[in-house]
Amino acid sequence: MKKPESVIIELAPRFEVGAKAAVQNTQLRRNMGKATQTIRGKRAGVVDELADWESLRVAGQHIKDDVMQHLDTYLIQLEATVTQSGGHVHWAKDAHEANEIVTRLIKATGSTEIIKVKSLTTDEIRLNEALELAGITAIETDLAELIIQLAHEKSSHILVPAIHKNRSEIRALFQKSMNLPDLTDEPKELAAAARQFLRDKFMSVRVATSGANFAIAETGSVCVVESEGNGRMCLTMPEVLITVMGIEKILPRWQDLGVFMQLLPRSSTGERMNPYTSIWTGVHADDGPQEFHLVLLDNGRSDVLADAVGRQTLHCIRCSACINVCPVYERTGGHAYGSVYPGPIGAILTPQLVGTAHADSLPYASSLCGACYDVCPVRINIPEVLVHLRGKVVAEKQTQPQSWFDGENLGMKAMATTFAHRTTYELAQHAGQLAQWPFVHDGYIENGPGPLGKWTAMRDFPAIPAQSFRDWWRERQRDE
Amino acid sequence: MQVALFITCFNDTLFPNTGKAVVSIVERLGHQVIFPEEQTCCGQMHFNTGYQAEAMPLIRRFVEIFSQYEAIVSPSASCVGMVRDMYRFAAEVHHDTKLANEVALLAERVYEFSEFIVNRLGIQDVGAYYPHRVTYHPTCHSLRGIKVGDAPEQLLRAVRGIDYVPLTQSNECCGFGGTFAVKNADTSMAMLGDKIRHILDTRAEVCVAADNSCLMHIGGALHRQRSGVRIAHLAEILAAQE
Amino acid sequence: MLAKIRTAINTGDRGDFHEAHTSAPYITNDDGNVAVRIELFAHRVAEYKAWVGHCTAAGIAQAVAERLVIRGKKRMVIPSDLPDSWLSPGVEYIRDSQLDRTVIAGMDGVLSGAALGIAQTGTIVLDGGRFQGRRMISLLPDYHLCIIRAQDIVGVVPEAFAQLATTMQIPMQPYTFISGPSATSDIELNRVEGVHGPRTLDVFIVE
Repeated sequence: MKKPESVIIELAPRFEVGAKAAVQNTQLRRNMGKATQTIRGKRAGVVDELADWESLRVAGQHIKDDVMQHLDTYLIQLEATVTQSGGHVHWAKDAHEANEIVTRLIKATGSTEIIKVKSLTTDEIRLNEALELAGITAIETDLAELIIQLAHEKSSHILVPAIHKNRSEIRALFQKSMNLPDLTDEPKELAAAARQFLRDKFMSVRVATSGANFAIAETGSVCVVESEGNGRMCLTMPEVLITVMGIEKILPRWQDLGVFMQLLPRSSTGERMNPYTSIWTGVHADDGPQEFHLVLLDNGRSDVLADAVGRQTLHCIRCSACINVCPVYERTGGHAYGSVYPGPIGAILTPQLVGTAHADSLPYASSLCGACYDVCPVRINIPEVLVHLRGKVVAEKQTQPQSWFDGENLGMKAMATTFAHRTTYELAQHAGQLAQWPFVHDGYIENGPGPLGKWTAMRDFPAIPAQSFRDWWRERQRDE
Repeated sequence: MQVALFITCFNDTLFPNTGKAVVSIVERLGHQVIFPEEQTCCGQMHFNTGYQAEAMPLIRRFVEIFSQYEAIVSPSASCVGMVRDMYRFAAEVHHDTKLANEVALLAERVYEFSEFIVNRLGIQDVGAYYPHRVTYHPTCHSLRGIKVGDAPEQLLRAVRGIDYVPLTQSNECCGFGGTFAVKNADTSMAMLGDKIRHILDTRAEVCVAADNSCLMHIGGALHRQRSGVRIAHLAEILAAQE
Repeated sequence: MLAKIRTAINTGDRGDFHEAHTSAPYITNDDGNVAVRIELFAHRVAEYKAWVGHCTAAGIAQAVAERLVIRGKKRMVIPSDLPDSWLSPGVEYIRDSQLDRTVIAGMDGVLSGAALGIAQTGTIVLDGGRFQGRRMISLLPDYHLCIIRAQDIVGVVPEAFAQLATTMQIPMQPYTFISGPSATSDIELNRVEGVHGPRTLDVFIVE
């Protein structure tokens, strides 16, 4: 399988390597710990408020199940309703095609700059880079995206890409890049600086791009959920609007928004409702852009759809609840995942979009603690998918000749053989009791040999007691 | 009632006292313990690490050995979760309908130790006496996996002489996660660091849980730091008497 | 692309093992207590740091006048169909008939009606219909004074979508859901009011 030019940040190291560096960054640990604890508390508060939260989750899951089972039908319906409402629909099988379509549409307007609403999908296909090559400047208008763009960094969170930065770091960045030496670190003042900085662009740029949180097959309506008003600006002010949407974002019916507009804001920012939601359908006479293009993007999604277990990953509404609750993400931050999709959802989505061979460390970036599954508003069983993908990673590895010299593989196979019979298992128990003696001091192994060394490098290992439970049991049976 | 003990390979080899404690409590409550000696490993480590082909024979073996028993009890929430949830999943991804049916019948008779005592037998007070300061860490697989609820805490609170102290941010993973603890040792230790801090903050003498695997991880760090805090499986506290 | 999707749907079918679909009984109506609903709406809107007041249908002009004095707003843009009876003396009102964007942006604020309100979430919905005008006028000025009729307030989110759908036909209207003034949580995940949309939101509930 060819490695797609998207999703994975080039030359990203294996997760455990990136994570090792990240957990040693004390400022990052502090920033991440504070932010994730805050958002977890807010989410729990607004979720507990709803007596029917579990029903909403089940409804969300069922609607998405239905979408996946009839995706072809709904996409055709969406194309018809959008077209009927004066919009244009384009189909893009991968990042390359999508970027080509968007570039061509922008060039046709004669504009050399565009304003952008925060969109993971356009991050995934690396639209900004493609546009830059074509001589088009993309201006990110979401505050966090702007911070990332000004700092020339990569996003570390799907909702709050600059979550790894604290207010004083943002202040220093704005002071420098916006030439505001007197700026304080008050969040209100930082937000005002961004308002000022972007106002001219909103008033003058003729083309905007966006992603889509939902698109309704039945009506052709597209929905963008946001907070700052930069979304409303981009969706209202320009002459031309180009929306790039993953094919899985579709919802069958208008009424389904009644479910998802409860699930998303509460799971996402921990609010009853986000400040602004825009829903538009094609073009509206005398109101907003008079030219609307919807680009439907596959880019690996149909491969995910073809996997019976992995398919549920496409239910994701990009709320980030799993990321915020993840104890691994809290310690490592987002960059260790080497993808625009970090955290638990990234650990299952990225390997499926680019192939497990290219992201084989990600399914292991989890202790399988299950906190992500508990908070997922559409009940994606993330631990189950992680285990499933681990199975694929190992199965692929075992087809390679190197696996015959791979310590883990050999060890696992040897143990499986040992566990296959009671006699070999008991023999191994006794062998362990005897073989450990050079390493045991006062009932613990503090510096173990071979693979055990990976454990004892960081914590002690209890010595194997002289009598196993089964030996004790047999002795007891004899004595009775 | 006849209770088949699913000891788990881990407890059998490394923590035999936990098994002995389970036997003594179940017998104290008037039930008979059977130990199917053919049992070895449920296959969790293999399956969760991705070695599915190697895990499948262990899964089939387990189902064959335990299918005949009325109640199967184990002092490991994690291994119970493997049997109750992941066996179904394993049968499904291997398109083994026969195994899926056998697993469905078996799964509802497999109990984690504390839920067996509290939910199946309806007992909170098992007559234990343990005059020590104790805190309890709900392991992920007991809390979110098989959802034992507050059964372990009900049992602990009923122990005479105990000084039970709740743990701050108790719901958060200790960082063990099976092979995660060595594959991602740095992250695992970062998680454990916070867990240890909360345990030490309780000033408890003993940290208790329903899984010795997580306790081995926690205890390994407590011992390395010479913290003076020890670990114990819930069953060992409940087995203690005057 | 569609052919690939169709093949994927068939290969990925979990068949017999998949959980059967059941309909989930989520809440689609509140309990019908109108007084409680309106009180909740006022409370929840105010929690977003918007200001909420009550007035009668006959008292709109006076309420608007008082509010604009407090806020110090003298030049307001209004939708072309806003009734004269809402307008107070001493304030310059400019009706939007395809006004230039710079003119709108230069106004002190916007005065508009609303399509409906959602009590549970403290949300105002604009649909470009009666007394609301185009999206741009409620976006560019820094101040939004919104007048909502009590009978247009629904209890829960699904009700809002059901109600908006009764008049639904293609092409649909553009909808804007507003829950408080514009805000961001991008700095340390704390909500801060006031970014690109109106930084001040005042709401009158007309009973």
